[in-house]
Amino acid sequence: MSRREKTWWWIAGVVILLYCLFPIAWIVSLSFKAPADIANQQFLPTTPTGENYSAILTGSASDLFMPALRNSFGICLIATFISCILSMFAAYAIARLDFPGKKLILSAALGVAIFPVISIVTPLFNLWRQIGLYDTWLGLIIPYLSLTLPLSIWTMSAFFREIPWEMEQAAQVDGATTWQAFRKVIVPLATPGVFTTAIIAFFIAWNDFAYGISLTSTSAARPVPAALGLFSGASQFEDPTGAIAAAAVIVTIPVVVLVLLFQRRIVAGLTNGAVKG
Amino acid sequence: MAAIEMKHIVKQYGDGFPAVNDVSLDIADGEFMILVGPSGCGKSTLLRMIVGLEDITSGDMVIGGKRVNDKAPRERNLSMVFQNYALYPHLSVFENIAFPLRLAKTPDAEVDRLVREAADVLELHEHLDRKPANLSGGQRQRVAMGRAIVRQAEAFLFDEPLSNLDAKLRGQMRTEISRLQRRLGITTVYVTHDQMEAMTLGDRVCVLRKGKIQQVASPRELYEQPVNLFVAGFIGSPPMNFLPATPQNGGLSTPFGTIKLDERRAAAVTGRDLLLVGIRPEYFEDASLVDEAKLPLGSLFRARVDVTEWLGDSQFAYIPYEAPDAIRNQLRDLSRELDAEELRTQAIVSIDSTSRIREGRDAEFWLDSRKVHVFDPTTGENLTRDAEAGAALTRMAAEDRVEQMEDAKSGSGGTTSVGAA
Repeated sequence: MSRREKTWWWIAGVVILLYCLFPIAWIVSLSFKAPADIANQQFLPTTPTGENYSAILTGSASDLFMPALRNSFGICLIATFISCILSMFAAYAIARLDFPGKKLILSAALGVAIFPVISIVTPLFNLWRQIGLYDTWLGLIIPYLSLTLPLSIWTMSAFFREIPWEMEQAAQVDGATTWQAFRKVIVPLATPGVFTTAIIAFFIAWNDFAYGISLTSTSAARPVPAALGLFSGASQFEDPTGAIAAAAVIVTIPVVVLVLLFQRRIVAGLTNGAVKG
Repeated sequence: MAAIEMKHIVKQYGDGFPAVNDVSLDIADGEFMILVGPSGCGKSTLLRMIVGLEDITSGDMVIGGKRVNDKAPRERNLSMVFQNYALYPHLSVFENIAFPLRLAKTPDAEVDRLVREAADVLELHEHLDRKPANLSGGQRQRVAMGRAIVRQAEAFLFDEPLSNLDAKLRGQMRTEISRLQRRLGITTVYVTHDQMEAMTLGDRVCVLRKGKIQQVASPRELYEQPVNLFVAGFIGSPPMNFLPATPQNGGLSTPFGTIKLDERRAAAVTGRDLLLVGIRPEYFEDASLVDEAKLPLGSLFRARVDVTEWLGDSQFAYIPYEAPDAIRNQLRDLSRELDAEELRTQAIVSIDSTSRIREGRDAEFWLDSRKVHVFDPTTGENLTRDAEAGAALTRMAAEDRVEQMEDAKSGSGGTTSVGAA
């Protein structure tokens, strides 16, 4: 790459980075502004204050926010875990076995993934009310599985296809049962795939708003995105902008931490050295 | 250790194509058997049926006296080295070799002892803690072999284990495998498409073509008494030359003059019209360098040399010749089937490296007619095969094997000690 080209790549990179990160910086800045300061028509707060954070963590909005944070974490982790386990088995079967209806399963999964959430919310609302799942963790975990499973199956089966089949055959010849070969050879090799899938699934569940707002009514199961929508100002004439910004910053943190934590795991290439150089 | 018997093994794929067609083969206990053939001949499929990775459509697979058709790979107690080694990348070399033992729930102390023994044999000591990704091709190959020899398997199966190594390393590993097999005395089935590996390693070689066995014999018998055109063309490098020939009062008339035949051969070809005569490159010689006493045993002819290749220890000359269209097509089909692409009808002859025969000139050659074979061009059958002599060669190889195994067992290894006094 010539010097000139390199410079252009750098400039383009910085522009894109600024474009992507500016809204986040704005939210962070907003979260440190006092209510009277919000409309100060400048980027930085006049006097930075932690007032918004204390409001949602310990103050007036904490009744709304803290349980929601707990719900979000619990529901999303459980949904992610179940979807990873299920999609691992499904993807393994899809990648390895030839069975009738394989194409059908894959296209059905894709169909489910692109099906508009909002069209299913109302019937689900009625059904959940009838069978008592309304406003419970399980009542959200199930629809979240329908969101996360299709994508998990697709990504995971792509990873499984990458693993040379000889690995597993070698294990079988070495005396492993199908299950042992899967657990001792295939799963360790698929770890990067499992982590990638887990993170994608977690994001999808974490970001959901439509199910969260319609299938819950109390802090028993209401997740953060839905709770954010219910924030109110000190009086009805005041916007809760600062509090919402602070909450947005807080819910972004786990996502960032998660990605940083597993970044190295996601990097594929663990199969290096398995087969001929 | 166990003998492997295959009885009328057939493998048919979903579309009805028989990849392996009615193969019956007995492999004796401790024997080194090679399955060889061009790509797509079914040799790998057959190996995978022995180990149980491929279902058997019909026939019986008997290992150590037990029918194993319906047994899973892990119940057959065979060990296999895969073409791409199939090492477990997430485990260290030690754990890779220990994997079969761990599955068998061997106690840790025992695992440690056995793995270190195997590592000793394969000189993998200093690599035991490394991951396969950090090893060279030859080392990975040895780890794969370590995993195979670490437990007491009934037989070793090799699926083209050397095809990913460079030529020099391949030669070394070949002798290594041969030594290992003799030492352990375990029944071995080895798949390759390389006739060189087949010739050097095997006690017996099974040549396959389109899923059918062509000939099972010792390397020497395959070379000297091939059963048909395919085997004759496949075994030997450079390959056997096939010339069109017509019988003529007790001899054969060919583009390279008349070849005399002994009585047995002459009788075998009488009444035929068009034939193919197969002559190995080394049956030719530069006429000026042939011993006076040997001259009457063959025939002389003059031909124009197209190209010569001087290799230091040997020399090859290429002599183009004319052939009828039917024969030409036949030979082209054969060479295509042998994974080669023969563009012109030419004979490759091996001459002494001191010969001064020049490219583009006429030269006089001598042809040793004692060992030529005559083939039926339509069926490919060898008309002059001496089954008796062939069987004798294979019997000799079998005796050699038994003797070598006993030597190996009694521990009187083969190393020549220097200055031991």
